[in-house]
Parts: sequence; C-alpha cells; structure tokens
Amino acid sequence: MRDGLRLATVATVAGREFWELASPSSHALAGTKLGGVSKSPFSTTEKQNTYDDVTHYNNYYEFGVDKTEPAKNAQTLKTYPWTVAIEGEVNKPRQITIDEILKLAPLEERIYRHRCVEAWSIVVPWIGYSFSALAKLVEPTEQAKYVAFETFYDRKQMPQAMYAGIDFPYVEGLRLDEAMNPLTLLCVGMYGETLPNQDGAPVRMVIPWKYGFKSAKSLVKIRFQKEQPPATWNRLAPDEYGFYANVNPTVDHPRWSQAKERRLGEFFKRETLMFNGYSDQVASLYTGMDLKKYH
Amino acid sequence: MRNLLISRWTKAGAFLICLLPLAFLSWRGLHNGLTANPIEFITHATGDWTLRFILFTLCVTPLRKLLRLPELIRFRRMLGLFAFFYGCLHFTTYIWLDKFFDLKEVWKDVAKRPYITLGFLAFVLLIPLAITSTAGWIRRLGGRRWQLLHRAIYISAVAGVIHYYWLVKSAVLRPLTYGAIVVVLLLWRLLEKSWSRPEAGRASPARSQPQKSQA
Repeated sequence: MRDGLRLATVATVAGREFWELASPSSHALAGTKLGGVSKSPFSTTEKQNTYDDVTHYNNYYEFGVDKTEPAKNAQTLKTYPWTVAIEGEVNKPRQITIDEILKLAPLEERIYRHRCVEAWSIVVPWIGYSFSALAKLVEPTEQAKYVAFETFYDRKQMPQAMYAGIDFPYVEGLRLDEAMNPLTLLCVGMYGETLPNQDGAPVRMVIPWKYGFKSAKSLVKIRFQKEQPPATWNRLAPDEYGFYANVNPTVDHPRWSQAKERRLGEFFKRETLMFNGYSDQVASLYTGMDLKKYH
Repeated sequence: MRNLLISRWTKAGAFLICLLPLAFLSWRGLHNGLTANPIEFITHATGDWTLRFILFTLCVTPLRKLLRLPELIRFRRMLGLFAFFYGCLHFTTYIWLDKFFDLKEVWKDVAKRPYITLGFLAFVLLIPLAITSTAGWIRRLGGRRWQLLHRAIYISAVAGVIHYYWLVKSAVLRPLTYGAIVVVLLLWRLLEKSWSRPEAGRASPARSQPQKSQA
C-alpha cells in the first residue's frame, strides 16, 4: 500500500512536469482584453488553474456533453450584438446591451473557487461586478423574492443540444437575498479578457458557494419574481440537484460522495469545504434551514 | 475468407488491433490529450472499451451462425480476454488513481453506490471466466458446465450497461445504445434457442460435440 502511494507520487510529479512541458495551449478563442480591472478583496490566494484547463474542460451541454466538446463547438455562438432582457417585479424593466453591461459598474477581478457537482473544482480569475449593481439599476419591487435566469438557446447555433437529454433553454434561479449577496458575480470575462464562448460568453453568473450548474451561462433574460423559478437540473432530478445546490460536503449526491473533490491539475483529492469555503460571507443566508432537505 | 480466418497472421493482426485503444490512450497521454482531468478521462476510456469488448465477444456466436462462418470462434476467447484486460485497467484506475488504495473507502463505495456495486459485479464475474478460458479448463470442467459458467458474461454485460447508465447525469443516449445492443444480442440467443429446439431431437448425434463453443 505504501509502495503504491510512493509510486503514485512519483507518477504525479512526472506526469505534472510532463503536462506542463507538452501543453500546446491554444488561445484561439481568447477574447478582447478588458482594461481598468481592479483587484477584489473577495479573491482567494490559491493557485489559479491554467487558462487552457478552464477553456478546454467545460460543461456546456448545448455544445455537447463531453468536456472537450464545448471548446470545439461553441465557436458557432454569435456573442455580438447581445442584449439581456430584465423584467418582472421591477420598477424599470429594460433591455440592456452587452456594451452597456460592460460599463455599468467598475470591473473587478475575482479569483474564486468553482466547485462542480461532479466533484471536480477549479480556481478562476473571473472579471465582473456584483450582480446587485444590475439589480439596483432596475429597482426590484417589494414583490420580488426570487431572480430567474434564462440562457441563450438557438438550435441552429447549438446543433449538439438535442443529444444532451435536458430541456433548453437552460434556466436557473436564486433567492433575491442570494442574488444580492456581494459575492454573486455578474461575469463578463476571465484571465484579463472577455469570456470565451465555451465559458459562457458574453455574460454569465458566477455564484461561488454553489455547485457550478447554478451559475448560468450566456444570459438572455433576468426576471425578478414572487415565486421560486424552475431550474433545469432540479426539474430533471429534484432528489439529485436541489434548488439551493449549496456546496456541502455533508450532503452527498444520491449517486456519489460530495465529501472530496479533485482540483484540476492536482493528483490527490482534497476535502470539500462547506459553502465551498465561503461560509463567512453566506452561511447567515441559511440560518435555521435544514440544509439536507433544502439541498 | 475461410483461409484468411484460420491464418495465424489474422489472429496476430486481430491481437494488435485489440491493443489499439490502449495505444491511442497512451499516445494521447504523451501529447497532452487527456483533458484537464486525465484520471477521469482514463477511467471513462478504459470503461468504454471494457464494455465494447464484452459486446464484441457477445457478437461472435450470432455472427458466426448468421454468416455461416464457424471459424470466427477462433477470436472469441481473445476478445473476451481483452474485455477482461480493459476491465483490469479500468478497475486499477479506479482503485489506484481515484481511491489511492484506500480499501475502506472502496468498500464503502461498493456497498453504498449502486453504480459502483454493479460495475464491481460486472468486473468480478469476468475473473473466473478469464481464468477458465484455457483449453485445459474446458476439458476439466466439461463442455456443458464450462458453457454454463461462461454465461456469466451475460450478467456482466447487463451490469456493465446499467453501471454506465447510472453514472451519467442526463446524456443517456450512449448507455442506452449499448443497452439496446445487449438486448438484441441476448434476445437473439433466446430466439435462436427456441427456433432450433424442434430440430434438436432429430439432430441429436450432431449436437453432442460442438456444444462447448456455444456461449
């Protein structure tokens, strides 16, 4: 057993060095440089994943269910011009263009941990600003209790979507207080540039204390509303994917454990942290809630 | 065609072809082609090929009867052993690269996670089949008993497909395709049996000896 471990360690070291040597990172889909980006106190100091990892290992089922497919297929996505409709329980419903979104608030770089429900994780330097800035623009009414997100869907641009086994357009939702938490990021870029298509261009959500599927990509509609909105994975298998989907090592997915995760680029698995390590900022949102029931 | 099938070179060629998936995987490993999550990629690739080789093995008997090419039987053992070979790689990847030989953790997985349980069952059932795949073991067990034992591959095939089906999040198309193929292959056996039964009484002398090659 100890020999096995030693072998494993040797293999890791050799493997890692090799991968770094042989990495032919293609930046074909890299976006435009984003200027005037400030640092954020919410950033982690953990080692970031490579741009190549984050752009060639994606879950974006509209462009294929294999991790490597979105990098190849998402090039058909037309990300400009782009408008997002903001509607529902707001005083100032409106359409907002991607150019307006980029200028709405000062851009910040937020280096967040990102934990997938499939038990892998990455560290990504996202660029954007708190979603609350956008919410303030449209002034949610007293009636608004939830926010529903709808992502772009076009069968022509996304021919692989029909094999995904889920209904499109992809929809997600948050409670209003979750959406207004400063950690909740309206994201327009990463690694100093605009978002690559396969990572959810041109604008997406990033909610770092929840499993990745909550962070909807390529947003086209944001609706403030009274009732809890439907969410794609939750609708498909409610016992497996909760509406809240907070990262929680003590509540397993019915088919696999959530206690550990594999950080891409690392050999040994690491322990998964409660709320993905963001308890200080978000645990208070859920006081008194049974997190097993509301998983 | 017959001469080609019984040639030693054809068998050697088939052996090399069966090694291609491993060669391809190694090549990808050397060219940064295993994605950002190589352990997952290797696990899935070896699992896929285990299931495919189980299906190839199950294709031999129907093909050789439908095409009237009894010589095809010469490849069945090799295909079965390759299923076991890729199964070993798959299992090793899981137990070593995924669990780091934490046997307690593995046992918990097998007991608690139905998809692991079935995958484990599918693999374990292949072990006695691999061991008894030699001519000596066929003799020792006797054709009929050997054949009965080797029907365990049917269970392996079904368990393997369900193992895959329970693993995916929503993209059930691929596991269902494998499932459909298994259903066809097993159904063919059932039907073939019921078709040939009425004649069985008449043709009894001929039946007695080729029995063992009929799993």
